Amino acid sequence: MYTQALDTHGREPVPAAEGAGPAARFQARIDADEKIEPKDWMPEAYRQTLIRQISQHAHSEIVGMLPEGNWITRAPTLRRKAVLIAKVQDEGGHGMYLYSAAETLGVSRAQLIEQLLSGAAKYSSIFNYPTLTWADVGAIGWLVDGAAIMNQIPICRCSYGPYARAMVRICKEESFHQRQGFEIMLTLAQGSAAQHAMAQDALNRWWWPSIMMFGPSDGDSRHTAQSMAWKIKRFSNDELRQKFIDVTVPQAQFLGLTIPDPRLRWDEATQHFQIGPIDWSEFYAVLKGNGPCNRERLEARRAADAAGAWVREAAAAYAAKHGGRAPAGASHG
Amino acid sequence: MGDPSGGAAPADWPLYEVFIRSRSGLEHKHVGSLHAADARMAVEHARDVYTRRQEGVSIWVVRSADIVASDPADAEALFEPARDKVYRHPTFYAIPDEVKNL
Ligand SMILES: [Fe+2]
Ligand SMILES: [Fe+2]
Repeated sequence: MYTQALDTHGREPVPAAEGAGPAARFQARIDADEKIEPKDWMPEAYRQTLIRQISQHAHSEIVGMLPEGNWITRAPTLRRKAVLIAKVQDEGGHGMYLYSAAETLGVSRAQLIEQLLSGAAKYSSIFNYPTLTWADVGAIGWLVDGAAIMNQIPICRCSYGPYARAMVRICKEESFHQRQGFEIMLTLAQGSAAQHAMAQDALNRWWWPSIMMFGPSDGDSRHTAQSMAWKIKRFSNDELRQKFIDVTVPQAQFLGLTIPDPRLRWDEATQHFQIGPIDWSEFYAVLKGNGPCNRERLEARRAADAAGAWVREAAAAYAAKHGGRAPAGASHG
Repeated sequence: MGDPSGGAAPADWPLYEVFIRSRSGLEHKHVGSLHAADARMAVEHARDVYTRRQEGVSIWVVRSADIVASDPADAEALFEPARDKVYRHPTFYAIPDEVKNL
């Protein structure tokens, strides 16, 4: 996981007053599908857009560890526990790749962490929902990682080199996340009546938040056109959402579960599944901090940061004592 | 690294660039970067961040500050002179089809 189009927030990027020369050359490079690298000239608005998007994405990976981490101690089997630990560790790794990519744009790691802990930064609204049962771990892998994959695959071709490279690495790791989630759902759906009901309940609660992960409808999305011109974004929110719906509905049918949308229907004319209206007021409420777990998530991150302070201090003191060099035994080769 | 008291963000640990040899016989390749208090911690973190699926058999870490890079503004001066020296490539030379093993 997890990127989300949060593009109703932040200022509209101001197209450059930086001079037509470099700006035109920059756009020509983008149009020719060249990659932009950290030391290359870039418009300030491009840099700021990327810092915002990449750091929101990084924060989402980090906060995304919390809902699933909640079930590590209670995973039903040793196999499930090992898998869940590996998945949650991957999400931490994704956060690390993305923070590194954001830092190439001239923002420091400490600043980014500070923005998360102070509550100034946004992260994907999906992680402000609670994981009430084991089936939620299955639903997250299947739906939330599934939606994230849909969002992230096009970013592998993003014009900014470090972001694109981080995304290639992340996408390689995501497919196991989705498959293990689907496997949990399949096991429950084919299990006892109570297990089947638990799977259905999880789908009921995670379906609409997953659909909203793609961000506001195209008409309400402010940054799409500029991000498309810069090749940061390749498809609109609604296009990606539709792709997700089209692949996911048959999977739910295979599971024998019902998508919680009475208006859902196959549209013969467009060859797409048509969903009912989305309750955007819920999306904006969660994004503004009024979701079920917003406060709990930030408190968990702050507590982890505070609890680790003495470790960081000790490591820094040790490094200072040894001049930052590795003690013997770790030479290159 | 954050400061919940709301003060200015404290300084980061140094940044290290990470290079991984994916298997013996291949060169180390740049895979990304990370922060660490010292070089040994950088190697340990690189293992966790970049080799969770046996992506490597060897890790190098280098302080990013120690890397000297060419300036993109110099790219023309540095790399343009090679452009018109196509005679450095074997395809520059026309050899009749009937001549073999050349
Ligand atoms: Fe992820
Ligand atoms: Fe994931």
